Amino acid sequence: MKMNRPYMKYLDEFCDPKLARGLIKAIEGLVDREICLMEVCGTHTVAIFKHGLRGLFPKSLKLLSGPGCPVCVTPTQDVDTAIWISRQKDVVLTTFGDMMRVPGTIGSLEKQRANGADIRVVYSVLDALELAKTNPAKKVVFLGVGFETTSPSIASCIYTANKEGISNFWIYVCHKLIPPAMRALLESGETTIDGFICPGHVSTIIGSLPYEFIASEFNVPCVISGFEPLDILQSVYMLIKQIKEKKAQVQIQYSRCVKPEGNEKALAMLYEVFEPADSNWRGIGVIPNSGLKIRQGYNRFDASIHFEMPTSQVTEEKSGCICGEILRGVAIPIDCPLFAKVCTPEEPIGACMVSSEGTCAAYYKYGG
Amino acid sequence: MCLGIPAKIVKINGSIADVEIGGIERKASLDLLKEAKVDDYVILHAGFAIQKLDEEEAKETLRLLEEIGI
Ligand code: SF4
Repeated sequence: MKMNRPYMKYLDEFCDPKLARGLIKAIEGLVDREICLMEVCGTHTVAIFKHGLRGLFPKSLKLLSGPGCPVCVTPTQDVDTAIWISRQKDVVLTTFGDMMRVPGTIGSLEKQRANGADIRVVYSVLDALELAKTNPAKKVVFLGVGFETTSPSIASCIYTANKEGISNFWIYVCHKLIPPAMRALLESGETTIDGFICPGHVSTIIGSLPYEFIASEFNVPCVISGFEPLDILQSVYMLIKQIKEKKAQVQIQYSRCVKPEGNEKALAMLYEVFEPADSNWRGIGVIPNSGLKIRQGYNRFDASIHFEMPTSQVTEEKSGCICGEILRGVAIPIDCPLFAKVCTPEEPIGACMVSSEGTCAAYYKYGG
Repeated sequence: MCLGIPAKIVKINGSIADVEIGGIERKASLDLLKEAKVDDYVILHAGFAIQKLDEEEAKETLRLLEEIGI
């Protein structure tokens, strides 16, 4: 758990190996039956693998990865549409780097760029807006992917662009919301989940209240967790304690960043610009009100309105890829016959192997 | 993709701050925060400060951790 970098406040205190050993012992003392927890967020999946936490838990404690990798749940059609946009005259398509290699049915954005399309990776949506301002003859489109952690910043950028009267900037919105996806998983009943490790940074925005239905309607405990090893261990401990005491509550372990009410200013900005809409999740299908669309007052920034897009046809996964099952917690990567044989991070077949936060990529890199 | 890193605000210029992360300086938009001042720690995500870090809560979490771990 030692880091090769200068000391960082709020990170390094939560990596202490001595405290970790104590927590693992406390967890061992509590687990007396098979327990299955789901970490919803891909950033948690990576942290759990990177710190080797799975190997430290008792055998009867299972961790399942959930649908919380935005790149992995972006359906093929949206990748195809982004590629189509990048082929239009004068367009500069901007995106977060993670989306570049995701396969659509007609290749990836990376391949498209190699074929001459003007596709640029940006760190922030503000960089895309800047690009629009400095290139008035170009049509700058940003591919908006991400959960509640990311969407308020996109909303804020649209708000600014509107105020400044920018007319050559659009967003192709693929944003998704986490709580409706958790509801869909629970309602499907496909897999038994005894507790949820809830996403820390999504919750900095939405707070703890949107998870209450999971405890009250489904009787499943939730703990909102930070991302350092001690955060995750403590969250697992808190979940197992609830399970043992037959409680189902929403608790906040990551209290240094998460308030029950969330970030009210960010939420207000999010819903000033966006409204909930049905959304298609790769491997899961359409989930009611699980996505976002730009409200009418701002729809001149909506790429899906500005560009006359062809209606997309193809929906199915590449043959043999079981990303969908993995995203629903029904299967794990080693159940996939293509895993590590045909499908590798260098030659990915499905999105779960492309994204560094995809479950298949994490299994490949750190071992299941 | 929901990665967020604790960053310390070193300078504020309107709604943009210079923040420091492990010795490296970056820019951060403060548009999503109600208030922020120099020396505050914030969570930086894709160019935006998305929440302030609460020092007291961090201490309390560490205290609880020690209690469980003993
Ligand atoms: S290993 Fe590859 S083909 Fe198999 S589920 Fe994962 S991404 Fe899909």
